[in-house]
Amino acid sequence: MLQVSIYRYNPETDAEPSMQDFQIDTSGKDLMVLDVLELIKAQDTTVGYRRSCREGVCGSDGLNMNGKNGLACITPLSETVKSNKLVIRPLPGLPVIRDLVVDMGMFYAQYEKVQPYLQNDTPAPSIERLQTPEDRAKLDGLYECILCACCSTACPSFWWNPDRFIGPSGLLQAYRFLADSRDNATDERLAQLDDPFSVFRCHGIQNCVNVCPKGLNPTKAIGHIRNMLLTRAT
Amino acid sequence: MVKSVTSFGRSGLSDWLLQRVSGVILLAYAICLGGTLVIGVNYAQWQAMFASTGMRVFTLLAILSLAAHAWIGMWAVGTDYLTERMLGTKGNLLRLAFQIGCSLAIFVYVIWGTQILWG
Repeated sequence: MLQVSIYRYNPETDAEPSMQDFQIDTSGKDLMVLDVLELIKAQDTTVGYRRSCREGVCGSDGLNMNGKNGLACITPLSETVKSNKLVIRPLPGLPVIRDLVVDMGMFYAQYEKVQPYLQNDTPAPSIERLQTPEDRAKLDGLYECILCACCSTACPSFWWNPDRFIGPSGLLQAYRFLADSRDNATDERLAQLDDPFSVFRCHGIQNCVNVCPKGLNPTKAIGHIRNMLLTRAT
Repeated sequence: MVKSVTSFGRSGLSDWLLQRVSGVILLAYAICLGGTLVIGVNYAQWQAMFASTGMRVFTLLAILSLAAHAWIGMWAVGTDYLTERMLGTKGNLLRLAFQIGCSLAIFVYVIWGTQILWG
């Protein structure tokens, strides 16, 4: 039997958060953590968590599993369970709405700041704005982000300044549009990032790289943004 | 764009660049002093070394680099931990007191160091 400890908190009724223990029979299978949560839900229907696609595409079930952020649906027990014990907590640093469900408002507010859409004031061509295969290749490793918030909520700089530091996820997206040959708002985008908090709160800790379930590298993208700022200003 | 009037250069990029450049200067100075000590030096040689204008200028550069490096670093620490988010409204007061304390200490060290060098 797998021992699972789940963070429980209902701000409307509980004075403080607590951990609730469950014994789960996995029948010896290497289940995904989301499967374990479904088994727990069958025992106790009041346990709250988000989920949707169950295949690592929607980014809904970002959780902290045995101390490491990840997507419950694509994290097998063999990867995270130690000493037959699994501790599941909500993503750190964001306000808890209930149990494992967090308020992503601050995370989305930072995403909104980077204006994550193409900006191009030249007349639109009749069909589409074309890119060379080389220019398109520059977006690889950037566009795949699913906004699960695993990286930003693993970042100490984001924990301390979630209202001022854009965070690894937002900065990966910022670079995704800075690197896009079809976008011509580069100067305006860079001007918005040249303050002591938005980009430069990144101290290269690389927790973001360590936890990204899609294998992306926000620290590298932040380095590219720094280089662009440096090239522009010196 | 997040506004900040207490950071060293008011710009994230200039603070970041200065932190790196001052770090390199401090490393060079540490290697220079460390190397001299490892090779072996007596009091007369040590005094003669610091009597040369080149070494005095290098030391002053290291002191000023240390001042800038320390302010940028301590400012980052203060704005991480001594904030309204972490400590409530008293966080702002604590951070301001911390920043005044740091700037005073750095000012005293710069004046003191300059006095020792050129006095």
